[in-house]
Amino acid sequence: MSPTAVDVARDVRAGTRRARDVLEEHLAEIEARDGELHACLLVTADEARAAADEVDVRVAGGDDPGPLAGVPVVLKDNLCTRGIPTTCGSRILEGWHPPYTATAVERIAEAGGIVVAKTNLDEFAMGSSTENSAYGPTRNPRDPSRVPGGSSGGSAAAVAAGFAPLGLGSETGGSVRQPAALCGAVGVKPTYGRVSRYGLVAFASSLDQIGPVATTVMDTARLLDVIDGHDPHDSTSIPDPLAPVEPTTRDGVAGLRVGVITELTDVDGVEPEVRAAVHVAASALTDAGATADEVSVPSTAYGISAYYLIAPAEASSNLARYDGVRYGLRVDADDVATMNARTRAAGFGPEVKRRIMLGTYALSAGYYDAYYGRAQRVRTLILRDFARVYEDFDVLLAPTSPTVAFELGAKVDDPLAMYLSDVCTIPTNLAGHAAISVPWGAGAHDLPVGVQVLAPALGEPVMFRVAQALEDAAP
Amino acid sequence: MPNDVEPDDAARARLTREDVEHVAALARLALDEDELERITHDLAGILEHVAEIAALDLDDVAPTSHPLPLVNVTRPDEVAPTLPRDEVLACAPEAEDGRFRVPRILDEP
Repeated sequence: MSPTAVDVARDVRAGTRRARDVLEEHLAEIEARDGELHACLLVTADEARAAADEVDVRVAGGDDPGPLAGVPVVLKDNLCTRGIPTTCGSRILEGWHPPYTATAVERIAEAGGIVVAKTNLDEFAMGSSTENSAYGPTRNPRDPSRVPGGSSGGSAAAVAAGFAPLGLGSETGGSVRQPAALCGAVGVKPTYGRVSRYGLVAFASSLDQIGPVATTVMDTARLLDVIDGHDPHDSTSIPDPLAPVEPTTRDGVAGLRVGVITELTDVDGVEPEVRAAVHVAASALTDAGATADEVSVPSTAYGISAYYLIAPAEASSNLARYDGVRYGLRVDADDVATMNARTRAAGFGPEVKRRIMLGTYALSAGYYDAYYGRAQRVRTLILRDFARVYEDFDVLLAPTSPTVAFELGAKVDDPLAMYLSDVCTIPTNLAGHAAISVPWGAGAHDLPVGVQVLAPALGEPVMFRVAQALEDAAP
Repeated sequence: MPNDVEPDDAARARLTREDVEHVAALARLALDEDELERITHDLAGILEHVAEIAALDLDDVAPTSHPLPLVNVTRPDEVAPTLPRDEVLACAPEAEDGRFRVPRILDEP
């Protein structure tokens, strides 16, 4: 098994391993296997070598480069990196070199982390399989005939394949947790506003959040503590100081109250092995000193419907900026409106077009109240239900994905079936809450299953304690 | 398109090819015949599914547009560096004299 981020940083800080050597080992893994997996859109080997050498120089000079000293990190390619192509998996941004770097990425570099690659994603993070990338799909390292999940499938596959101990993804409806679950990794959706979105290309602004992927709970805690906290460049980032999660992650679960969400677990569509995993995980937590009960959160059953109105509506607005004027692609025409329409037709893929159309329809005159307005009211119901349940429970449990990884092509012609892949993750995003997916044994075809721990807004410290207990007890 | 639609009507509404052409124009997407047909089919299926929320009693429920209790966030009005203009314009398909260049917008040159 590849070394963890915590191990690498400890050894590099102590001067017992060179960051450059760590990097070369990981570049060799990428070289050996990414031809098959296609997790990476761009490997930034030269920049990474320069950054690793700088870390080694600092250590030799007696400096501490920080908590990610010499740790290779992969970035979903919707995170802006100054001067380095950032495609969002779309033709419309081909050739674009962002003039600035995302805050989360700056913080990784300041903590001594080494960016090694930009990873594949569903175009503009719209999808659940990474098959919607304009640059071709990514394959699941556990079974390359299957998808890695999405939309952060490249980062999840890269971490699971040992290309880097850490990855960043982004979530709008489950796009970190679901691919982490399908690849057998840990994935975190932080509380809305915990991590700055400055430099994350916008999809649906009331939902988007950056999150860590790693092979261990502790590694995701380390990365979250590095990237979170207020940023003046993002007015939606939480202004109050945040409690770090890593110091308390091993504090155990004695006395914690755990609820298993009935509507997301014991329903049709959830594979029996996945359902069983959640219940076994709950009893493992009771063995560790927590109490567990089943709990109903009725409105979560409407999450998918609300989400697939709200997210496309916001996307249709955010993606209006790709008009052939400021970035990347332009298809010429005699007048500007035709140029806009032809550029967008040529630059966007089928799923992005579908969502722009759905969102534009949901916002259009005469339909706004019936669709977008009602979806926003359902969002309130979900918040109310969670608030009521969190009076009696500290955290909640549910499957991360209703199924294990599916085969490439299985759902590409059925958008609704693909959307239902997010049924268990979406309620957290609509509520703006936190959740983490932890590997829990194997399901059908011996493929990884993920169990997620849900927590209320800023409930990360307790959530990570439960996640650590699950990891310690996992089969 | 109708001016106003009650939730129950929306649930039953049949999306037409003309609706989709109108929405494509609003979204500035030059869709071809195959795409229009495909998207009409796909959107009808998705709208049929999401119509389940039409049956909910939401009269006394306020909408949530955003999960944080933040309003009117402002920053100090201080002079600070902006992005370098040359680098920003270098990202554009066409630029001229420090500006983005676009095709004709008005009829008269």
